[in-house]
Amino acid sequence: MKIRMQDTTTSQVAKRITQLREKSGVVTLGRVLTLVISTDDAGIESAVQAANAASLEHPCRIIVLALGDPAAPTRLDAEIRVGGDAGASDVVVLWCAGENAHADESLVSGLLLPDAPIVAWWPGVPPEVPSATALGRLAHRRITDTASASAAEPALWALRAGHHEGDTDLAWTRLTLWRIQVAGIFDTLDVATLRSVTVDGAPDSPSTMLLAAWLTLTLKVPVTIAHSKVGHGIRAVRLRCTDGDVVLSRSQSQVARLYQQGRPVQRISLPRRTIQDCLAEELRRLDPDEVFGAVLHQGLPRTDLSPVQASER
Amino acid sequence: MAGESRTVPRNPLRDPRDRRLTRIAGPSALVLFGVTGDLAKKKLLPAMYDLAQRGLLPPAFSLVGFGRRDWSDEEFADYVRAAVEASSRTTFDETVWDQFRGGLRFVSGAFDDEAAYVRLDEVLAELETSRGTRGNTAFYLSIPPDWFEAVSHHLADQGLADRSQPADGPWRRVVIEKPFGHDLASAQELNAVIERVFPSDAVFRIDHYLGKETVQNILAFRFANRMFEPLWNAEHVDHVQITMAEDIGIGGRASYYDGVGAARDVIQNHLLQLLAFTAMEEPISFDADHLRAEKEKVLEAVTVPDTPEGLAGASARGQYTSGWQGGEQVTGFLDEEGFNPASVTETYAALKVGIRTRRWQGVPFYLRAGKRLGRRVTEIAVVFKKPPHLLFPVHDGDEFGQNVIVIRVQPDEGVTIRFASKVPGTQTEIRDVTMDFGYGHAFTEDSPEAYERLILDVLLGEPPLFPRQAEVELSWRIVDPFEEHWASLGTQPEPYAPGTWGPPSADALMARDGRSWRRP
Repeated sequence: MKIRMQDTTTSQVAKRITQLREKSGVVTLGRVLTLVISTDDAGIESAVQAANAASLEHPCRIIVLALGDPAAPTRLDAEIRVGGDAGASDVVVLWCAGENAHADESLVSGLLLPDAPIVAWWPGVPPEVPSATALGRLAHRRITDTASASAAEPALWALRAGHHEGDTDLAWTRLTLWRIQVAGIFDTLDVATLRSVTVDGAPDSPSTMLLAAWLTLTLKVPVTIAHSKVGHGIRAVRLRCTDGDVVLSRSQSQVARLYQQGRPVQRISLPRRTIQDCLAEELRRLDPDEVFGAVLHQGLPRTDLSPVQASER
Repeated sequence: MAGESRTVPRNPLRDPRDRRLTRIAGPSALVLFGVTGDLAKKKLLPAMYDLAQRGLLPPAFSLVGFGRRDWSDEEFADYVRAAVEASSRTTFDETVWDQFRGGLRFVSGAFDDEAAYVRLDEVLAELETSRGTRGNTAFYLSIPPDWFEAVSHHLADQGLADRSQPADGPWRRVVIEKPFGHDLASAQELNAVIERVFPSDAVFRIDHYLGKETVQNILAFRFANRMFEPLWNAEHVDHVQITMAEDIGIGGRASYYDGVGAARDVIQNHLLQLLAFTAMEEPISFDADHLRAEKEKVLEAVTVPDTPEGLAGASARGQYTSGWQGGEQVTGFLDEEGFNPASVTETYAALKVGIRTRRWQGVPFYLRAGKRLGRRVTEIAVVFKKPPHLLFPVHDGDEFGQNVIVIRVQPDEGVTIRFASKVPGTQTEIRDVTMDFGYGHAFTEDSPEAYERLILDVLLGEPPLFPRQAEVELSWRIVDPFEEHWASLGTQPEPYAPGTWGPPSADALMARDGRSWRRP
């Protein structure tokens, strides 16, 4: 069910939600968090779709702030979506124009769930310092996505400059499955035999650089980035050891291959992650990701980001 | 108990702060005895596929079916695929399946056929080179316990299992399912058979209730909150009711069920495990040793009457009759096809036990389990004492004012709290209301199946959720006196109509204490 409200206020929207609850038994109890999405008009549907899917794991109230033209006449329109149109969540879309086009706390505070944690998500270009924005100050956790930036490396340095505890980035979340597999290799591989590491990935992918930064920080051996084709994300991690190379590589399919000296080639399911997978993972834990902080602050400056040409294998 | 990483130094990529990194099991194979059984088909095979789908199985993971069917690897794969497609929780994915399928093998033979174990040895050796399982093997005995002896004997003969597992060699584990015997003596015998071949920390006893999120949540509910634990004692709790009701009859399990009955079938294992979780003290950590130690402590403190009169007064048993249940005519227990019409096996059992600890002194725990009851439900109800009714008038027969915390284990997993509230109006009328937490509302719609968690834990070598032999034996010490008492009576259990909540004697059991069963 979608309820459109023209030229309204948040207090009227909140009242309407309470009415809905009393009349039709549409309940918001059992919601575990409020997700506030800051986007432009064009980004609404894709963001809501991802958030709805993630809400199946984390029932939440989703508030979408579609910030319009600050020069236009001041106005606030809203849409409430409940039931079948909202997954396991209820969605409030606010179109803000004129004076309202600057997201401030008062715009959403009447709609936040009591006590529940607040997560802010910028699916598009993030603000310089997310935690310093009105929305960011309110939120316990701030999610950005450097993959939406036009150039990966400057975006990462900007992310580092503006990073505060509780900030996280989907470029890091996209890495989780790779990191699990690489960590799995070292469950049985003696790290003392490791000489160097090559991360082979697309030059436009901040995830490639973050993976290199993580490995630089943790493994204490030289890590090189090799650039392969644009648009394919990470392609391979090559571990050079004294007794032969260990290579985990994924071409375009969902399956990666693990090559190890003297062992059969193993196939590992390693699908590219969808935005809803990443969002669901982010919502799973709301305390600061200290490892991500360390990778940005300590790992990235130590990492050799100048790429070499990828080998053909 | 260490995993396969025993000889490898600490993994620098594993940072305890990095909670995104889930552990995947190391290279290993699982040999499944009893692949054509109901459990394997409906639960185990789909659970293994679901684990693969979630990326939690090692790439080398291989599954070897062992059974009498004259199957090739391909026919076995077709069978597994059909089972997975019918019952897997996650959606079927061709890519995941292809990878999973690569590790499927079948060894055809009877459980006492020596040649078949030679072939099993060869298959496992082949998997070690072709898949890289590194010789790590779990044997899952999803077969009647009568066969345990033969199977473990042959495994040992073939050198597939050995009590003295070298610390740096591949691991060998065995997984067994209930029933763990039918009384204390037989449980000890069975254990001796298994432990002759496997060291005790390599034996994983599955009680699938412990794999359920709701059961693990009992610990979180009690110990991750401040507001319940201070009331969780004899000072405030009046009594505890633990119910496991099924609305179905014995159906196809007739041959198994005769001579077993509700108390041995579910009270000895599931209900007493629920009791242990509800009544135990806070363990000092989630380590297997700490958790099991607390459970064993509370099970050991359970008291059972020691006279025939005492046992009679603290128990009730029944058998369901033929009749109408929920719009269909159902067959009574004694009239089930192919069944012993003179059976004295109970299909309903209720027990009252105490716990001799400072925390629970004087608080009875009522356990009941039965078939063909009002509806399918498993839950734990902690019923609190009535408050002193000074301010609000009590009318005779009023049921209000007794707070209850109900932990719904299945279905509709969640927690309900009952408390009194004022009825709107000028009079001070009080009525009980419920506040409800539903797992499905607040969390994921698809929480993992119990077997997924348990199979993964076996491969990881994580034993906290598996009961030790000591727990099994302590549980039999609780159930055995009742069983012996019933056997000594030589009488028929009391009949009850299907779709009801058990025989009148069960209600009398509660009435003697001035209490009544909750309607779940």
